[in-house]
Amino acid sequence: MSQSKPLSLHVPEPSGRPGCKTDFSYLQVSPAGSVRRPPIDVLPSETGDLASTMIRVLDDDGNAVGPWAPDLDRETLRFGLRTMMKTRIFDARMVIAQRQKKLSFYMTSLGEEAIGTAHSLALKDGDMNFPTYRQQSLLMAREYPMKDMICQLLSNEADPMKGRQLPVMYSVREKGFFTISGNLATQYPQAVGWAMASAIKGDTKIASAWIGDGATAESDFYTALTFAHVYNAPVILNVVNNQWAISTFQHIAGGESVTFATRGVGTGIASLRVDGNDFLAVYAASCWAAERTRGGHGPALIEWVTYRAGPHSTSDDPSRYRPADDWSWFPLGDPIARLRRHLTNKGWWSDEEHDKVQAELEAEVLAAQKEAEQHGTLIDGRVPSAATMFEDVYKDMPEHLRQQRQQLGV
Amino acid sequence: MTMIQALRSAMNVMLERDSNTVIYGQDVGYFGGVFRCTDGLQAKYGKTRVFDAPISEGGIVGTAVGMAAYGLRPVVEIQFADYFYPATDQIVSEAARLRYRSAGDFSAPLTIRMPCGGGIYGGQTHSQSPEAFFTHVCGLRTVMPSNPIDAKGLLIASIENDDPVIFLEPKRLYNGPFDGHHDRPVVPWSKHPMGEVPEGYYTTPLDKAAVFRPGADLTVLTYGTMVWVSEAAAKETGIDAEIIDLRTLWPLDLETIVASVNKTGRCVVVHEATKTSGFGAELAALVQEHCFYHLEAPIERVCGFDTPYPHAQEWAYFPGPDRVGAAFKRAMER
Repeated sequence: MSQSKPLSLHVPEPSGRPGCKTDFSYLQVSPAGSVRRPPIDVLPSETGDLASTMIRVLDDDGNAVGPWAPDLDRETLRFGLRTMMKTRIFDARMVIAQRQKKLSFYMTSLGEEAIGTAHSLALKDGDMNFPTYRQQSLLMAREYPMKDMICQLLSNEADPMKGRQLPVMYSVREKGFFTISGNLATQYPQAVGWAMASAIKGDTKIASAWIGDGATAESDFYTALTFAHVYNAPVILNVVNNQWAISTFQHIAGGESVTFATRGVGTGIASLRVDGNDFLAVYAASCWAAERTRGGHGPALIEWVTYRAGPHSTSDDPSRYRPADDWSWFPLGDPIARLRRHLTNKGWWSDEEHDKVQAELEAEVLAAQKEAEQHGTLIDGRVPSAATMFEDVYKDMPEHLRQQRQQLGV
Repeated sequence: MTMIQALRSAMNVMLERDSNTVIYGQDVGYFGGVFRCTDGLQAKYGKTRVFDAPISEGGIVGTAVGMAAYGLRPVVEIQFADYFYPATDQIVSEAARLRYRSAGDFSAPLTIRMPCGGGIYGGQTHSQSPEAFFTHVCGLRTVMPSNPIDAKGLLIASIENDDPVIFLEPKRLYNGPFDGHHDRPVVPWSKHPMGEVPEGYYTTPLDKAAVFRPGADLTVLTYGTMVWVSEAAAKETGIDAEIIDLRTLWPLDLETIVASVNKTGRCVVVHEATKTSGFGAELAALVQEHCFYHLEAPIERVCGFDTPYPHAQEWAYFPGPDRVGAAFKRAMER
């Protein structure tokens, strides 16, 4: 009989903590253009390699290479760059407004702007996104008025959510943007159900589900994959792997020596792993997935590899758990800088134009903020009436809520 | 019809009437449900309208919320109410709040059917009455029928309702009324007038209680199997109890309750669920608040004990006619 050694509990740690440098070799970055592009009706079991390598189009010099390089025209690319810039400027401006106490809370998407922007271009009107709180670029790409977004953030008299929701929890049905919930992962099976409904009715619309790396640990993630696979639901299952869930490195979510995309393959779903900071790769992979699901060939899962460049939220200080300069070392860089370089190479963008657009967008955001603030802010107390607090709990207000409203005297 | 047949008839009517009605859950499709409630529906309406689901309560309710957001009217089944817990997040955080948090941008007109209640030697996980978990959640409607006529009418009304409805079905009543006398043979619904269920479409309103047995001595607030137990207790004690079958637990019919208690001056609340923080506490508080000057005795509560539902001790746990009758007497003697 051999003597057993004492067992020990393994608790994953990020290589980089404050004061040292992250070793990003764990990412397994593939060279641009090196990963094959399968037919849209590929068998899920034959996507194992696509789930563990990384689809990339833009090389280090900003050139589009390989089988995934999409054929996008000048105007679409310029719109994409502009939308990413708009998202980033909007985020920066709203952080300032939060610091000025005009709104109580905000979450930026710094460094993740390419994913929602390019993905949105691959969807059609009528398709429905089931976003998390970090896909504001979907709304930007659909040109939802920034003024309405800011009114929601301010919880003011013109807030479409009537002041009931925490800032950033938008709901914009007409732009294919499902109501955001604070409860993580719940939208994932809901997206699958929406897609099942589209299939039940013989519709042509598809759903797109969104989740972060950390939230994949929630049971709803696996539930959604099972249902999507079982019913061949027309849904794109997006996993935005930005390496961090608040202070928790993605290895604690189960990302150590395995990718999130491989979970899709394990549940019988065709899966891709894509450079999330490569606008062209995001667009191409999204089109592939949309075509697959719309064609009835089954769901698709995409792990977008990116980096959460900003704090988790305005209530977070990332310098307490990760290196302050981490983003500058992230191997996939900045999505805006990379598309800008590509467009400049093609002669479709210039430094002068960049500065001009930057200034235009800053003015646009500022104007939207000014317009929104005319309807009140959290500071001046011009919020929706307390009487509206009792509405929409049920379709028709029941007697007990009528009485409670009366007791409040509103 | 039995309650099973009445529920099946309700689903049949709604599948026929509204092409947006879809039915799914564990063993619900081909097999027709472990209680036969959906027997034959898949054969009649096809697999895209009535289908089997993976064993995942969170998935069943979560996908139903998404379907409802699309515009369907899902009627989903949780095999036993004891197994709704994995779906709690989807029920409480999502279905119940969708309309409110989106200011009406999205809503969840879905019905979640759950067989509930004890008295069948179901032990800990086939006997629970979790209604208080749902009545506490703003945005939900909670419904529980006590007979086949109401079961069909209430289920059709629930499916048609644009709010999410938790539809609790006392499985003890599936085949016949049960008054707690486990030692006597159970009479089937075919021998009871409430088993005479109309074919075709009709509804029973969700906001109306039923005066199940008119009386003058005291008011009994109850629902589900306990309606029948309370009737037996009234008969056996000779106390002229007015038994109110709430039918819809929340939002409830306060008017009928208050009118009855103000008339009788005494109130006994009866439910199978455990006592502490059970729905009876809300009922007692409402009666105290609205009928204080008419009350001639403290409000009595007869409930399941504050223990998990036991197996061997079934009839010591289940609030039978003796325990209910004793409470009637206490209420009359005070």
